[in-house]
This record gives sequence, structure tokens and C-alpha cells, in this order.
Amino acid sequence: MRKTTKNNLITFGGTLILCVVLGILMQAGKLNSMTTGLMVTIGIYIIASTSLNLTVGVLGELSLGHAGFMCIGAFSSATVSTLMINGGAPNWLSFAVAIIFGAIMAAILGFLIGIPVMRLRGDYLAIVTLGFGEILKSLFNNIYITSDKNGLHFGFTNPPKNIDASTKLEILRGPKGTSAPDLTNFWVVAAVLLICLIILMTFIDSKSGRACMAVRDNYIAAQSVGINVTKFRLMAFTLSAAIAGAAGALYMHSLANMLPKKFDYNLSILILVYVVLGGLGSLRGSIIATIVLYAIPELLRGINQNIVNYRMLIYAIILICLMLWKNAPVFINMREKIKAKCKKSKTADLTSGGAEA
Amino acid sequence: MSELEKNTPEVQGENTAVEQKAAETSEKSSAPMLEVRELSIQFGGLRAVDGLNLKIKKHQLYGLIGPNGAGKTTVFNMLTGVYKPTSGAIFLDGVNITGKSPVEINKSGIARTFQNIRLFKEMSVLDNVKVGMQNSTKYTTIEGILRLPRYFKEEKLMTERAIELLKVFELDGEKDALSANLPYGKQRKLEIARALATNPKLLLLDEPAAGMNPNETEELMNTIRFVRDKFDMTILLIEHDMKLVSGICEELTVLNFGQELAQGETSAVLNDPKVITAYLGD
Ligand SMILES: Nc1ncnc2c1ncn2[C@@H]1O[C@H](COP(=O)(O)OP(=O)(O)O)[C@@H](O)[C@H]1O
Ligand SMILES: [Mg+2]
Repeated sequence: MRKTTKNNLITFGGTLILCVVLGILMQAGKLNSMTTGLMVTIGIYIIASTSLNLTVGVLGELSLGHAGFMCIGAFSSATVSTLMINGGAPNWLSFAVAIIFGAIMAAILGFLIGIPVMRLRGDYLAIVTLGFGEILKSLFNNIYITSDKNGLHFGFTNPPKNIDASTKLEILRGPKGTSAPDLTNFWVVAAVLLICLIILMTFIDSKSGRACMAVRDNYIAAQSVGINVTKFRLMAFTLSAAIAGAAGALYMHSLANMLPKKFDYNLSILILVYVVLGGLGSLRGSIIATIVLYAIPELLRGINQNIVNYRMLIYAIILICLMLWKNAPVFINMREKIKAKCKKSKTADLTSGGAEA
Repeated sequence: MSELEKNTPEVQGENTAVEQKAAETSEKSSAPMLEVRELSIQFGGLRAVDGLNLKIKKHQLYGLIGPNGAGKTTVFNMLTGVYKPTSGAIFLDGVNITGKSPVEINKSGIARTFQNIRLFKEMSVLDNVKVGMQNSTKYTTIEGILRLPRYFKEEKLMTERAIELLKVFELDGEKDALSANLPYGKQRKLEIARALATNPKLLLLDEPAAGMNPNETEELMNTIRFVRDKFDMTILLIEHDMKLVSGICEELTVLNFGQELAQGETSAVLNDPKVITAYLGD
């Protein structure tokens, strides 16, 4: 079997097994509600970090505005689900449509933003994505959508007026946030996560994914073999945004009230940290890093009441150590030596085994 | 390759190829494959290439030589659309390709290697070649994501073709290695393989023997000849190694300070006193 296929199967299989095991434990009532809530949030963050890895790892461009696409997904999906459920559609159907709608809206915005952004490279691209992320957040901080028997009413910076009071339904309320129906549960997150993983893996392991990596490694050479650089960059950026939109939709429906300011650059950076520490281009790395790094602060919170005050300090120290371990030349050398030793002992085992037989 | 092409019409998929081939054979003897007229480029105050004329016939092995900084790589960059010439024109099989983008130029049939190797470093040797092949595949991104039958069919063909190509350069044993981990000489060969993967009619090699020892150079000469014959390729190469140049090039153009110093049959050009002076300094 090809190495890529094998790697993907291991990652996908591992995630699947983890989801099933956790799901069974949850159904059996072995997990408290806090743990279940944690699982849902981590699942959503994994969707976000693996999708960001497509831009940062596979395309090789630092995007600092990933939370902006989650924001679009969140608020556009909330609008759809609220309206559909209010109109009498079943919950599951409303939610499915809402997630897809959120992803599509994020994809459209990702595409439109991508047109100017993908002309840039490196630092410039990072700064511009940071700006767009903040703009998207601010946009939803100012959008009001209310429905009544006369249909939808929009407001910008102010709530719409002349609403029929008896049938009034506030959907987006600007900075006061949005209360979407509580539809996200562990199984939905697991399903969306697995689907997104498949999409990412199959995209990366196809000619389009190869084209993106070629552009990342050397865009002049990529052009010289006929790769349309802009097309593939735009494609990957759009796909990355779409999946972030789905993550945002799940996030929105998991909280009682979601404020737009939740999707600020802090969230983008947090997800980026998962991607970078998990390893650029490695979906498995993103998954593991998200689980570990999200769980650490929560565990520290749980261990001891006094430690709570030092929680972020300890988290920061762990992050710095991890960074050094991954990138400092001293540690890289050390790791390679260990690897080489392991290999040697393995081959030694094999040869001695062969001698015995 | 020609056998392979017959077996894989799906992947090749160039319905114009046949007509082109026919057209080529009819004017094979007369019209040049590549014609460059009065090509010039100016960088600020520097005229890096000044009024260059070139005619390269099909199936020819043509050398472009000259001292460092003479403008040879700049000529390649103009031929492949990396730089837009200040004036002059480039014709490939009679079609004016001046000022086209690198992607368009590759699609119209020119592929190249780079003086400072530009491989896709974090990708495997096999994938480097497969990237070169993707414009001859037809499956869409959606088909790839959904893993529809055409994905498997074309990927399989691509892999087979890529391995075939790697075999020519004796790289098939390292197909799964990261290209960055190959030794220098093999990286140069992989670049040639990747360029050939795009199915060009004209191959541009920028100092293919740079950094190779005499044995490797000898081997490379044989490979270049083999490529020319097996793929029926026209090759324009830049080289410093005089042994390689005199060994395989049929005709030469010598550049000096961006201008043509001499042009003609290899042995005549290399014995030209002007050329000897330019190389040795007076
Ligand atoms: N993009 C550029 N901008 C300015 N000067 C350039 C550029 N590219 C090449 N040159 C100059 O053009 C001249 C020819 O360079 P080059 O074609 O690389 O020479 P060589 O014959 O050694 O390949 C050199 O003086 C070089 O500095
Ligand atoms: Mg040069």
C-alpha cells in the first residue's frame, strides 16, 4: 500500500475509533456533562485546526483570519436553523441545512477574499488575512436580523424598526449575540469531523493537493510545469474556509448565546498554534495537538483550585517547551540521534532474529 | 513514451496532437522549431540580452554558451515567460509566444530545468514527476475528493508513466524518497524527468552538469542523447563544461555581455579566436 494511503487510514481509523469509544462511554453514562461538553468543543476545534492546516501546511501560507470564516459559518447557519425550526421543519433537517449553508457562505466569502489575498505571499498575506478576519467579526457585530409575519428585516448598526411585536423573532442581535437552537451534540460533531477529514485527505492526496504543495515548495517551478498557481491557491483557500464555516456552525449551535467577539484574532491564533505545534501539513498532528493543548488548561483547572491562578502561565511554559522541542537545533539533533538508535536496534533485532531462524 | 502515448489516449487527451505532429513532419526539414528574433531585455541600465537571434531545428541538440553573467539564463527566462522581453519575438513552431505566461508557454510545449535547482523539496520523487503530468489528466477536483473511478484510473496511469520516466534516469529505486534528500546529481536528473513529464517538444536545460564530477557528466551526456532519441526531443542547453558541449551539441551560440559573439557548428565555433579570447580573457 502507498505510504500516504496508509498514513491517512491510520489517522482516520484512529479518529473513528476514538469517536466510537467516547460515544459509547457517553451513552453508557460514564462521562459527566462537563467532559461531554469538552469533547464537543475539542471536536469543533479539530475541524477548525485541520482545515487551517490546508492553508498553512499544504498551501504554505500563514492565514491569521481563520476565525473570520468560522464567524460567517456560525451566524449564517444560525439564521437558517432558527428560521427553519420556526417554520416547522424538523430539527435534524434544519441543522443539516444550516451547517451546509454556513459552509457555503464561508466558501463564498473565502473565494471573494481569496481573489485579492491570494495575489500576496508571506507576511503580506498574513497581515491581510488578519485584517479580513477582524472585518468579518466586526460585520456580524453590527448586523441585526429579525423576522415577523411580514418576513425578514435587516438592520445595520441598529435593530430594524416597525416590527410586528406578536410574531417578532430576533435572530442576529449585533453585539448582543445570537441564541441559536441547541442542536450540536457529540455525534453530530463526530460525523462532521469525520466527513471533513475525508474531504481534506482526499483533496490533499489528489492532483489538486499535489499542485498546492508544488506551489508551496517552489512556485516558479510549479509555473514552469504548467500549474496555474492562482487557481490552486484559491481552491485550497476556499475549501479551508468552507470547512471552517462548518466548524463555526457547530460552535454556534453548541452555546446558549454566541457573541461575534468570540471570533476575534485570539481564536485564529489559538487554532494556528494547534496547527504549527501539531506539524505543518500533518492532519494527524493537528488532531493530536488540538486535543492535548485544549485539554491541558482544562485539566490544570481541574487539578487544584490554587493552580487556577497559574493556569495560563503553565500553559505558556508548556507551549514554549514544545516549540523548543520541535524547532531548536539542539533538540532536533537529539531527536534524530534517538531515531537513528531506534532504527539500528531494530535492524539489529531483525538480523539476530534471522540468524536464529 | 510514444508507445505509452498510444496506450493512454485518455491521459494524453490532446486531440490536436495528431494534427500538430502531421504539420511538424511536413515542414520538419525547412522551418525551425524555435525561432528567436532580435530578442532584448533591459534591467535598468543593463542590457542583459541584446538583439539575440536563434534558429533551432526539430530534433537538434543546441548549445548556448558564454562566460558567467553573459545573459544565458536570462534568455531561458524570456523563452519560458518568466521575464517579458523589452523587444524582439519568440516563435515556437511558427506561433508567436512572446510575452505569454510561463503556464501558457509550458502548455504550448516548452519545459525547462533551473540553474539553481528548483525541486518540490517536501514532496516525494514520484510526486515531483506526477506534478509535471497533471495537465495531461482530466479528472476534476470533485472527482478526486469523491474518489470516482476516473481518479483511480488516471492516477494509476500517471504513476506508471512517472515510474517509466524515472527509470530512464535510474531514479525509480528512490521514488518514495523526499526529493530534497537526493544527492545533487540525482536532483538535476529529477528536474529533467519532471520537465519531460509535461510532454514538451522543446527542452531547455540550464547547466545540467553543474556540480557533477567527470563520471557523472559522462553519464549525463549519454542520458541527454538518449532522451533526445527516445522522446524525439529538441534540446537547447546552457553549459560550461566544454567536454559536454563539444561532445553532444551540434550547433552553438556564444553569448558575451548579452550579445551574440559567434554562432554555428560546434567545432567551428569552439575554434573561433573570438570565442577563445572571450573565455580565456586576453
Ligand atoms: N531580474 C534581474 N534584475 C536585474 N538584473 C538581472 C536580472 N536577472 C539577471 N540579471 C543580470 O543579467 C546579467 C545576466 O545574467 P544571467 O542571465 O543570469 O547570466 P548567465 O549567463 O551566467 O546565466 C547579469 O549581469 C545579471 O546580474
Ligand atoms: Mg546562468
